[in-house]
Amino acid sequence: MTITADGGSPAVGTPRSKRGGGFDPTSLRRQSPRHGERVVMGVLIAAALLSVLVTVGIVLSLLLPAISFFREVSFGEFLFGTRWSPRFSGQESYGVLPLITGTAWTTLIALVIAIPFGLGAAIYLSEYAPSRVRKVLKPVLEVLAGIPSVVYGFFALTFVAPVILNDLLGLDVGTFSVLSAGLVLGIMIIPTVASLSEDAMSAVPDALRHGSMALGANKMRTTLRVVFPAAVSGIAASIVLALSRAVGETMIVALAAGTQARMVGGPTEVGQTMTGFIAQTATGESTPGTLSYNTLFAVGLLLFVITFVINMISIRLVRKFREAY
Amino acid sequence: MISTTTTADDAPDASTSASDSSSVAAAPRPQVGASGGTDRYLPEHPTPVIECENVDIYYGAFRAVHDVSLVYGRHEITAMIGPSGCGKSTVLRSLNRMNDLIPGARVTGKISYHGQDMYGSGVDPIEVRRRIGMVFQKPNPFPKSIYDNIAYGPRVTGMKVDSMDDLVEEALRAAALWDEVKDKLKQSAYGLSGGQQQRLCIARTIAVRPEVILMDEPCSALDPIATARIEDLMEDLRKDFTIIIVTHNMQQAARVADRTAFFTAQAAEGTGDRTGQLVEFDLTSKIFSNPADRRTEDYISGRFG
Repeated sequence: MTITADGGSPAVGTPRSKRGGGFDPTSLRRQSPRHGERVVMGVLIAAALLSVLVTVGIVLSLLLPAISFFREVSFGEFLFGTRWSPRFSGQESYGVLPLITGTAWTTLIALVIAIPFGLGAAIYLSEYAPSRVRKVLKPVLEVLAGIPSVVYGFFALTFVAPVILNDLLGLDVGTFSVLSAGLVLGIMIIPTVASLSEDAMSAVPDALRHGSMALGANKMRTTLRVVFPAAVSGIAASIVLALSRAVGETMIVALAAGTQARMVGGPTEVGQTMTGFIAQTATGESTPGTLSYNTLFAVGLLLFVITFVINMISIRLVRKFREAY
Repeated sequence: MISTTTTADDAPDASTSASDSSSVAAAPRPQVGASGGTDRYLPEHPTPVIECENVDIYYGAFRAVHDVSLVYGRHEITAMIGPSGCGKSTVLRSLNRMNDLIPGARVTGKISYHGQDMYGSGVDPIEVRRRIGMVFQKPNPFPKSIYDNIAYGPRVTGMKVDSMDDLVEEALRAAALWDEVKDKLKQSAYGLSGGQQQRLCIARTIAVRPEVILMDEPCSALDPIATARIEDLMEDLRKDFTIIIVTHNMQQAARVADRTAFFTAQAAEGTGDRTGQLVEFDLTSKIFSNPADRRTEDYISGRFG
C-alpha cells in the first residue's frame, strides 16, 4: 500500500466515488473545492499588500525629488545651515536648522505638557479611580482626541496666546509663538498618552499588584515599582506615538507658531516648523522640477527620517528596560 | 469557641479563652493530644497569634462566610479545608486584610492579631500585611530578576538592611531555593519552573520577616514533586513562622498541618445564597481519624464535596 504525497487515497475498502455519486464516509479528501476561502485569502493579502505598496510609493515619491534637491544643495549646507530662505530669489539659502529648531521647540513644549498630565491621568484612571469615575472620565478624555486640530490651532491663536500667556501669566509674547503652539499641541496629545498608557497599565495582571500589596507595599510603590515597569513598553509606545503626532502635526503650528523661519532660541519666540513650511509652501504654485519644489520633498524626507529614527530608538530602549510579564 | 462553632467539641475545656491559652504556651508544651500530620506533640489549645471571633464576611450584600471562630496557633501549621465555595480562601484573605482590595468586601465580628483588633481604627493595613505575608495560588513573581524579587519587599517597606546580598541569600536558603538559583540571581524570575517560582514567592515573603505566612492553595498549580518540596519547606518554616494554609487537597492537610479547620457551604434561608461556615476545628489527627461532626467525616471519606 503506498500513500503518495499528493494525498492519493490508500487502498481502503471501496474505491472512491465522485461527489454526488455517493458519499464515502472514510474519505480524507477535500469534500468541496472551497473557492470562498481562496477569495477571502486573496482579499486579505491584497489589503496587507496595499499598505506596504502605499508606503513604498510615498517613500519613493519623497525620495526622487529629494535626490534632485541634493544634487544642487549639499547635505552639509542643508543640515547645518542656519538660514532658511528658499524663495528669496538671488539670496536663496537652504539651511534647514531654523525649521528643525521650530519643530524641536514645539515638540519639546508639547511633551513637557503631555507626559506628566497624560501619565498622571493614566495612573489615576488605572490604579486609583473607582470604576464609576473611570467609566465617565475615559470617554471624556477620548473626546479630546477627536477635536480637529484646526480647532486647537484657533484655540491657541485666540485664547492661549492673548488670554493665558499675555493676560494671566503676563508673558511678553506676540500672537505667534512656539510656546502657545507647543502648549496646545501638548493638550492635543494628552489623550494619546493617557489612553494608551492606561490600557497598558490596566493590562498588568492583578496578581502582580496583590503580590506587592501582600509584602506590605503601599499603593504608590506598587504602582511605580511593579505596575509601571511592567507596562513600560505600552507607556513608551504611547509617548512615541504622541511624539510622532507632535512632530508631524501641521495645522496647530501653521496657525499659532508663526511663518518666519528663523533659529528659535527660546519658547516665546516666533518660529516655523518643518510641517509649517510645507503647509505654507505647497500651494500648487511651485513648478515641479524646480529647486523650490524639490525643497518641499527634502524637508518632507527629513521629517520622515526623524520620526523613523525616533521610533527605532524607542523600540530599542523599550526592549532593554521593559519587565515583560 | 476555639474548637468549633457548630458542634460541641468533646474537648473538656473547649471554652478556654484566648488569654488563658497564652499562659498555656508559657509552660513547656504538655504532651496532650496526638500528633498532627507530623510526629509532633501539640498542646490541646494553640497559643493564639491570630484569632477570629464570630466573623462574618460580606461581598456587598452577599454574606460569604458566617460566624467563624478560630484560633491560629504560634509556630503551628493550620490548614483550612472544605469544598469549593465554603469560604476558606475568603477567611484567609481577611487575615491580612487582602480583602480590602476587593470592592465591597466587609468584615464583621473580630479578627485580632496578638489581641489587637485587626480591623480597628488606627490599624494600617500595610503594616498588617508586613507582619502577615501571603503566598498565592498561582506563583506571581514580579517580572524582575530573582534578586530584585527578593529585595523588593525590604526595599518598599523601608526595612533597615545591612547587606541586601546577605538578606537575599538568607531568604533563598530558607525557601530551599538558593542552590538552584545562586548562579543566576540577575536573571528573570520568569525563567524558573512553576515550583521554583512558588518557592521564590515564599522566599520573597520571608524576606520581609513576617510573623505569619498565609498560603492560598500554594501547590494547586504545581506537579507532585514540586508540591512535595513545598510541603517539606513548610515543615522547616514552622520553626520560625506561623503558617496558615488553605488547601483543596485533604492529603496535603493531613501531611503538613498540626490543626485543621473544616469548612462547608450552607444555603442561607430565603435567599438561597451559599454561605460558608466552620464545621469543625481540631488537631489534624483527630479531624482525620475521629471527627466530631458527621459532615466532616462524610467529606474526609469522600462521601460529599
